[in-house]
Amino acid sequence: MKPEEFRKQFPILERKVYGKNLVYFDNAATAQRPQSVLGLWNELAVNSNANIHRAVHRLADEATEAYEEARSCVREFINASSREEIVFTSGATASVNLAAYSFGEKYVHEGDEIIVSECEHHSNIIPWQLLCERKHAVLKVLPVDNDGYPDLKTLDTLCTPATKLVAVTHASNVLGILNPVRKIIRICHEKGAKVLVDGAQGIVHSKVDVRDLDCDFYVFSGHKIYAVPGTGVLYGKKELLDSMPPFMGGGEMVGTVKFSGTTFAPLPLKFEAGTQNFTGIATLKPALELAGQVFQDEELTACSEAVKSYLGEELKKTEGLRLFGNEHRSCDKFPLFSFVIDGVHHEDLALILDKMGIAVRSGQMCAEPLMDRFGVSGVLRVSLAPYNTMQEAEYFMSSLRKAIDMLR
Amino acid sequence: MEQLKSLQVVENEVIEDFSMFDDWLDKYEYIIELGKSLDNYPEELKTDDRLVKGCQSRVWIDFKVEDGKIWFNADSDAIITKGIISLLIKIYSGRTPEEILSSDFSVVEKIGLKENLSPTRANGLVSMIGMIREIAAKNC
Repeated sequence: MKPEEFRKQFPILERKVYGKNLVYFDNAATAQRPQSVLGLWNELAVNSNANIHRAVHRLADEATEAYEEARSCVREFINASSREEIVFTSGATASVNLAAYSFGEKYVHEGDEIIVSECEHHSNIIPWQLLCERKHAVLKVLPVDNDGYPDLKTLDTLCTPATKLVAVTHASNVLGILNPVRKIIRICHEKGAKVLVDGAQGIVHSKVDVRDLDCDFYVFSGHKIYAVPGTGVLYGKKELLDSMPPFMGGGEMVGTVKFSGTTFAPLPLKFEAGTQNFTGIATLKPALELAGQVFQDEELTACSEAVKSYLGEELKKTEGLRLFGNEHRSCDKFPLFSFVIDGVHHEDLALILDKMGIAVRSGQMCAEPLMDRFGVSGVLRVSLAPYNTMQEAEYFMSSLRKAIDMLR
Repeated sequence: MEQLKSLQVVENEVIEDFSMFDDWLDKYEYIIELGKSLDNYPEELKTDDRLVKGCQSRVWIDFKVEDGKIWFNADSDAIITKGIISLLIKIYSGRTPEEILSSDFSVVEKIGLKENLSPTRANGLVSMIGMIREIAAKNC
């Protein structure tokens, strides 16, 4: 399928801003949603709204079924061993917080170490900082090289028997390169450390197999992979999740509740306290089905590759442009480009591009340590999805040149 | 002789200037030119106490008082922000604190500036106006 055909499934891409065709190049922040997702979301709200798991009536049955079908779908999509390993959350941030709190309560003690990489999103830094403060543990940082790749040699020495967990992103939201997570996991496991992989970006751009990766945790958000916001997944190995205490207490996560003590529900409900965003989470099914089709569609993949190459080459040709996240091998880079331009502020560029109908991000990208690493106050980021066309990329490049001329 | 024009006259002139542009890209071009026309702002005056809090890009405002009138100078690392602060300076520099405080600053709404900025930028604009008012209040 060609991008021009594929994009017809996304109603929002038809709209205009300031009288100009919308060019949506902010997909790493959130992806747009296809009709299949919007349709199910609406259908559940209009037709099957009832709280899941609890009641015996028909509506509750339908809502529960849609929710649990999504769990099966996620299990299959990432090739987890069982449905019990799939915990639903409100997003990747909530997933990391859950893991950090609960794993930390059980396994992290004074003097223990946690490692995060230098290219992490704040969401995969702060929960670990909070844990380390709470437990008087030590947070260590795995540096990245000038191209943005984690330094694996350093990891080998940084990771010690005191290291309980290494939290690393599958793909940085700034750099657009897929990290060698399999190697990272192997190194860490040899030292006895568990690994949490932040898949918020990675799951969108590469087929994930958690058993093949052998990661202990894998987290992602629904909204970046065509589902609705407020949906997320924490994958954890069953024996690990089983051994961890609950994060939040509330309805649904219990066995029996007495004032003398409470027993907890088995996985995964132990970690799903309170009423979940059940209409939202159900949309993970059509969303992941679509993502699966995208991975298999050779024509669409080839078109995306062509758009990516065009943008990469044109950006590199632009005078005074400094690109972050250079590819080591071409297959490692996905269509996400962060850059700065000499003498032009990223925020000014984003503001002018907006008036030309182009949606891009500017600023620190929730990755302040990485901005510091590269010595910049922020970047301009363009991030594409398979529905973005060559025509849009060409319009973007000519608009960018115009904006630079205006601002210089 | 420009200082003799009343604040209201200058505000109306700015509103008139902006009404000439149909397209926001043209308005931005004008704002960018204003930014480029700002007086040189010395590096050593880029201090934390002159930094406007609440802006995404960095903005510094300096001032001096002469004959009871406040003269502003400012800088920013982003040119559109610099243009906006330049516009404010064009209106409010060389005025007495009382004149500044008598303005309702509705000029920024009348030229459509506020609604055409992203919420984060608009907050920055409010912060810039806040600092100008604060300086005026302290020098009353």
